[in-house]
Amino acid sequence: MKKGLHPLVMIALVAMVTLAGRALPTWTLSLATIAASNALIALGIVVLARTGNVSFGQGLFFAAGGYGVALIANTWGLTDAVAQVIVGAACGGLLGLVIGPLIARYSGIFFGMLTLALSMVFYGALVKSTALGGSDGFNVGRPSLFGMSFTDPREADFMLYAVSVIVTGFAGIAATILFRSEFGLASLAVRENNLRVEYLGLSANRIISINFLIAAIFAGASGAFALMAQRHIDPQFAYWTTSGEFVFVAVLAGNQSVAAVFVASMALELVRSFSNLYLPNTWQLVLGVFLLGVILFLPRGIGSLWIRDRHRRRHISATPPLTAERGAAP
Amino acid sequence: MNPVLSVSRLEKRFGAVVAADALTLDIPAGQKISLIGANGAGKTTFVNMVTGYLKPDSGTILLDGMDIGRRSPRSVARLGISRSFQIPQLFVELTAAENLTVAISGIGTRMSLRAPAEAQGRRDKAVELLQRFGLADLADRPISELAGGVRKLIDIAMALVRRPKLLLLDEPTSGVSAEEKFTTMDRVIHAVAPDAATIVFVEHDMEIVSRYADRVVAFYQGRILADGLPADVLNNLEVRRYVTGGVR
Ligand SMILES: Nc1ncnc2c1ncn2[C@@H]1O[C@H](COP(=O)(O)OP(=O)(O)OP(=O)(O)O)[C@@H](O)[C@H]1O
Ligand SMILES: [Mg+2]
Repeated sequence: MKKGLHPLVMIALVAMVTLAGRALPTWTLSLATIAASNALIALGIVVLARTGNVSFGQGLFFAAGGYGVALIANTWGLTDAVAQVIVGAACGGLLGLVIGPLIARYSGIFFGMLTLALSMVFYGALVKSTALGGSDGFNVGRPSLFGMSFTDPREADFMLYAVSVIVTGFAGIAATILFRSEFGLASLAVRENNLRVEYLGLSANRIISINFLIAAIFAGASGAFALMAQRHIDPQFAYWTTSGEFVFVAVLAGNQSVAAVFVASMALELVRSFSNLYLPNTWQLVLGVFLLGVILFLPRGIGSLWIRDRHRRRHISATPPLTAERGAAP
Repeated sequence: MNPVLSVSRLEKRFGAVVAADALTLDIPAGQKISLIGANGAGKTTFVNMVTGYLKPDSGTILLDGMDIGRRSPRSVARLGISRSFQIPQLFVELTAAENLTVAISGIGTRMSLRAPAEAQGRRDKAVELLQRFGLADLADRPISELAGGVRKLIDIAMALVRRPKLLLLDEPTSGVSAEEKFTTMDRVIHAVAPDAATIVFVEHDMEIVSRYADRVVAFYQGRILADGLPADVLNNLEVRRYVTGGVR
């Protein structure tokens, strides 16, 4: 089957990107932090999408992670960034563990709508809950790392950048290993024919639930990053437009390549900040045009730029490239 | 000897259609049984009920004495009944070897989230199975690029992976040309032999039936019209009138 980068090479890449942050200007640091954090949750959507199910409500787990961390930070003074990510992942994961098996037997548009509905119920509850600040939400303090607190904003930004790049990088490596695994192959099989999967003695629901759990863990951790970056949380975390943006990144990326998720997330953040700068109030328009372009020219996502198709690659050399054919014509 | 499968008074209706009408049938180990019957006679419905896909309205299905009539296809598969499909049910975007790899994953108790799909001998086992059907050179081709007859064989290979106590094949030679039908069936019978001794196959071609079956069960409107040795059943007057049309 296809060979990809060796995990050690990927670890080296993550280390390089982390160190490169030292040389980046401050505004790119925070942009890259958001891009990495969004990539993490979008990666979860891609993991789940490989079973044929799209979640339009990852904001639920994003918010669960964010609120969970924020509450624990304010109640017990837990400020360590790494601990916060772990707490966020755990909050998302616990919720995913409960919800996954309940909705795994639904598929297609029902699955998508159920996830959306659940996230909107959560949103509604958050808005109504005065203890959590209602629709205004509440603030949290700056994160620390291993007992160090960062008063210099540039240092604080770099710390957050480094933690988010490393965590997201490792999630990406884990996802790559997962995609190539026995379980990853069975997940693709579920997408194609879940009845046959059952007939082979495997549980399609279990496979979907496990992928769902992974997506929820990633979403919860991503919520923790968003909280650390904004130092504020409100019900918007669970709102459907928030979830929509993550699906947007996943669609841009396609589900063939983990790296594509990072590229797509970065591209989205760049488009967003540049159009904010030069075309104020029209960035959604720019974004729409950008998505249209990707759908028209790269229907299988940005990943298809370097991964042609799961199997077509082998055959490419056997068939003459289009340009050569055209060149041969009079 | 006790039968592997014992079905009694099985009933199934779809609205006004009676797809199974008091079906009673014992299948002893080691037999090759052919199910024949016109279109809509209830052959596939029988296979669907035995494999847990359809729940019978009434009646019992015993596998080695255990009632499996209310179990799911997954549970029935785990207990030792495998099937192939009239229309192959494969993962068309995966390769032939990957399809079998998924089937091989189904044998274990838990799947690895880390070990590469083709590791731990799964790839070798997949290729060995394809080899038996003469398809080893197609191992890395996606199913979407393969012809219908080949898909049919891969569908059967998938069913073999569990080394079932009972193997049900729904029209293994449909879609195969008249010249190739015997070679195809020879291949199937040989490929299946090491892993499955008790076979039920649905078949429309009476030449295939008389050559490969030890016993023939003829269906008509959900009922069993005749059950016995191929020569006897195929010469039965009712069978000739309602199933084989007397001429075929
Ligand atoms: N799921 C279903 N819902 C409604 N009717 C069904 C269903 N499955 C089968 N039937 C009906 O039950 C009858 C028996 O169908 P079945 O598929 O078992 O026939 P068969 O003997 O396999 O025929 P063929 O040779 O065409 O495959 C037919 O009248 C069919 O239309
Ligand atoms: Mg049929």
